[in-house]
Amino acid sequence: MAGRRKWISLAVLSALIVLLPLVFPSGYYYRVGALVFVNALSVVGLVILIGYAGQISLGHAGFAGIGAYACALAPEHLGLHPLLALVLGAAISAAMAALIGRPILRLKGYYLAVATLGFGILVSMVLTNERALTGGPDGMVVSDPGLRSLLRDMGWRVSGGEFWYGASGFVLLVGAWLALNLYDSPTGRAMRALHGSEVAAATVGIDVPRQKLRAFVISAVYASVAGSLLALQNGYITPDVAGFMHSVEMVTMAVLGGVGSVLGATFGAAILTLLPQVLTVFAEYEQLVLGLVMVLVMIFMPQGLLPSIAQRLKGRNK
Amino acid sequence: MLKTTTAIVTLAALAGLTGAAQAEIRLGASLSATGGAAFLGDPEAKTIEMLVEQMNEAGGIDGEEIALTLYDDGGDPNKARTFATRLVEDDEVVAIIGGSTTGTTMSILSVAESEGIPFISLAGAISIIDPVRDYVFKTPHTDRMACEKIFTDMQAQGITKVGMISGTDGFGASMQAQCKEVAGDYGVEIVADETYGPQDADMTPQLTRIRNTDGVQAVLNPGFGQGPAIVTRNVAQLGFDVPLYQSHGVASNAFIELAGADAAEGVRLPGTALLIADSLSEDDPQYDVVTSYTTAYRDAYGQETSTFGGYAHDAFALMVDAMKRSSDPEDPQAIRDALEETNGLVGTTGTYSFSPEDHLGLDLSAFRMLEVKDGGWQPVE
Amino acid sequence: MDALLQFLFSGLTVGAVYALVALGFTLIYNASDVVNFAQGEFVMLGGMITVFAYQAGVPLLLAATLAILITAALGVALNKLAIEPARGAPVVSLIIITIGASILIRGATQLIFDKQLHRFPAFSGDDPIRVMGATILPQSLWVLGGALAVFAVLWVFFSRTLTGKAVLATANNRVAAQLVGINTGWIMTLSFGLSAAIGAFAGVLVTPITLVSYDVGVTLALKGFAAAMLGGMGTPKGALVGGLLLGCLEALTAGYLSSQYKEAVAFIVILGTLFVMPQGLFGAKTTERV
Repeated sequence: MAGRRKWISLAVLSALIVLLPLVFPSGYYYRVGALVFVNALSVVGLVILIGYAGQISLGHAGFAGIGAYACALAPEHLGLHPLLALVLGAAISAAMAALIGRPILRLKGYYLAVATLGFGILVSMVLTNERALTGGPDGMVVSDPGLRSLLRDMGWRVSGGEFWYGASGFVLLVGAWLALNLYDSPTGRAMRALHGSEVAAATVGIDVPRQKLRAFVISAVYASVAGSLLALQNGYITPDVAGFMHSVEMVTMAVLGGVGSVLGATFGAAILTLLPQVLTVFAEYEQLVLGLVMVLVMIFMPQGLLPSIAQRLKGRNK
Repeated sequence: MLKTTTAIVTLAALAGLTGAAQAEIRLGASLSATGGAAFLGDPEAKTIEMLVEQMNEAGGIDGEEIALTLYDDGGDPNKARTFATRLVEDDEVVAIIGGSTTGTTMSILSVAESEGIPFISLAGAISIIDPVRDYVFKTPHTDRMACEKIFTDMQAQGITKVGMISGTDGFGASMQAQCKEVAGDYGVEIVADETYGPQDADMTPQLTRIRNTDGVQAVLNPGFGQGPAIVTRNVAQLGFDVPLYQSHGVASNAFIELAGADAAEGVRLPGTALLIADSLSEDDPQYDVVTSYTTAYRDAYGQETSTFGGYAHDAFALMVDAMKRSSDPEDPQAIRDALEETNGLVGTTGTYSFSPEDHLGLDLSAFRMLEVKDGGWQPVE
Repeated sequence: MDALLQFLFSGLTVGAVYALVALGFTLIYNASDVVNFAQGEFVMLGGMITVFAYQAGVPLLLAATLAILITAALGVALNKLAIEPARGAPVVSLIIITIGASILIRGATQLIFDKQLHRFPAFSGDDPIRVMGATILPQSLWVLGGALAVFAVLWVFFSRTLTGKAVLATANNRVAAQLVGINTGWIMTLSFGLSAAIGAFAGVLVTPITLVSYDVGVTLALKGFAAAMLGGMGTPKGALVGGLLLGCLEALTAGYLSSQYKEAVAFIVILGTLFVMPQGLFGAKTTERV
């Protein structure tokens, strides 16, 4: 049963990634698709943290910022290839998460929220203030990883939009696969157990702090890689990527889509990424509609969009 | 005189309507009408919408109407890039105006460059046009020019030691860096260098530090939004009696209102002719363009114009001018070539002349040193 | 010496602003365990409505009263339309609801009013009061006084009145509260109305100092939230002390260390405090129910 769920999720996801371009009327849709995938990737990380382990974070954009600026800074200052910079960023994020996670994760609920929020703000503050290094609030250029020209040399001509659509889609698939594997692994079960009740989990011998920390570190890596991908495909990065609003956006995507499932998270990411694009005609009302959607979904579908819809469909079939 | 113009305009409009070819020129814009940079983007968006409407009512360009697609990127560079892609790939515009901030500009810029679409930016940083990029132009003065104008004035006053207090937003931080770079050229030493967050409520600690620094003769405050108004009020509160220089970021009547006329008295800043539209002499080269813009804006929105709206006005004027001169106003390449040949176009910010080496084309004379006197802006003689 | 005093004056001014926002969080939190992230929007509305009523010619006092009443009504509406229908939803859903509500209020404000900055005159003029070489504006005293007054009222409310105790009982155990005859629905309505009113009251007091525009709520909510957590969520004492402490920390850092990193220092102190005292300075110890 559990295994089936995993393969269905992966099949749906890969089908979407491969088939959607068939109906794309213009190159712009590849760009939006790539953004959805990048957002979905960081949200899958939050599914592990919030959905599996039941911990909240309002500071994950901080990790996205680390990943993004690693890709901007390391090639320039350390001469690293941008892809190695992505790995370096992920490693720094993981180390940082492990370092602060231990004390922070002792906190619960809103106290954990404010502590993670503080971390995110510290990262964005450093990125904003260290102008000499990061270009300050104006941001900095990220050098091209040169993968597209590599493909071109191999005789495969793709546009920038198409390339990043494919690349982000692929990374999302890998990320989703790992997250789904984790779900059914002993670690995943332990995480989900402490989501239910930490005391109960501890009494059956689960090392609660250790499992929390694992979830935190893993989700930090997801956010970091997503930040790197964003920096690489945009070719330009500003501290906004590490900002509080980005953290909130990530959590909202996760919760809106359904924080318990990888597919739901992707769905949430897609909705919140597409909404501003759809609403451009009513730009004046964009915030109004966005707020309304958030409130209404949470009232009528407190489990998130996808799980609620799935439940209803099931109910109808019976 | 006015009546005949109106008549001609009406005729032209009718001709445009009845003309068989309903061709249109697609113009794109991505501006920060909301979010942290709304102070820049909101008047810019309003200005462009107003000007496009005016232009179409007047018959468009050679009978072709301008179809404007305007997106609000909320100051987010990521969104700006998406909208730039959308403008080029989906809306198939022939030119883009936009990028209220340096961050959004840099995002739009790479799309415009790789797709070969002429793009006029409304942001300050010098890195936008230096090095010169084929398709990228900009209308605002660089922050460096604002600094130079201020330091020239300080030099004339015999001020050599200055305390700076800057906003940590993109505008303030960029100007802070530029000012520190050029201060030495004018014999000015920055002896104190403080900052404040864009939403801070009280800057007396920073100002107290500046006041306690030896020999400070003037305070310079690069920033926009509420920060400069609060700094101005705090300077008055502390009884800190040195000249206060603000930046072009707050060149508006609203600033005097927010800071309070008493506190703002004597504040100096480098501004454009827009701010003193009512007191410009009729033989001023900018008189016509400035008065027609400020009047139209006031009529349309019931608000005062700002320097930033002026940047958008000039960008639109440059674009229209280039389209009119170009061989084909629907061909991006032709528009770009015509843009680069712009010569002596008078805007609200100054007079523009582009060349292959210079995609800004303004000189220092475009800035006017202004001072608050009796609750209003006056040019410094 | 006069520099230190000036830093403290600044810290108290800013801290009182934070404290007023933080105090607004306590009521709703106590009644429902929800941290209302739209609290900053209530503050913003208090300022904005007063500004526009005042500009339309309404006397300042009346304009302020109007703003507080309208915002209180909005608070009640928020509870009736968004919080009550979602009863039983997980806490994270409630967070998203209040964030959604704050975005909605911002969007509506920007449409109904505008995106400009506004200000109305200070209540007792702009002539600074001099104390030993340092200065403070009369409006700062108004804000400080306002924070103290709200604190006193809340303290008396929670410890001396039956309704206040009913609020605490509702938070503690809704079913049990209903069993002993507490109308929990009404308690929730009351909490949201009062919280919104406190927020709007804060907005009225601080606008002459901080200025107001449609988007000032986010930062205010953030700082107020941090202050409340520092002091301990749910206790009026924690909100007051947390706010003033946060303000003074920022001012002293800006004055003695670095203005660039003043918020960083503030957050590091908050993090440090929470590591030692996971419930904030005055927060009640809780145990997990299994």
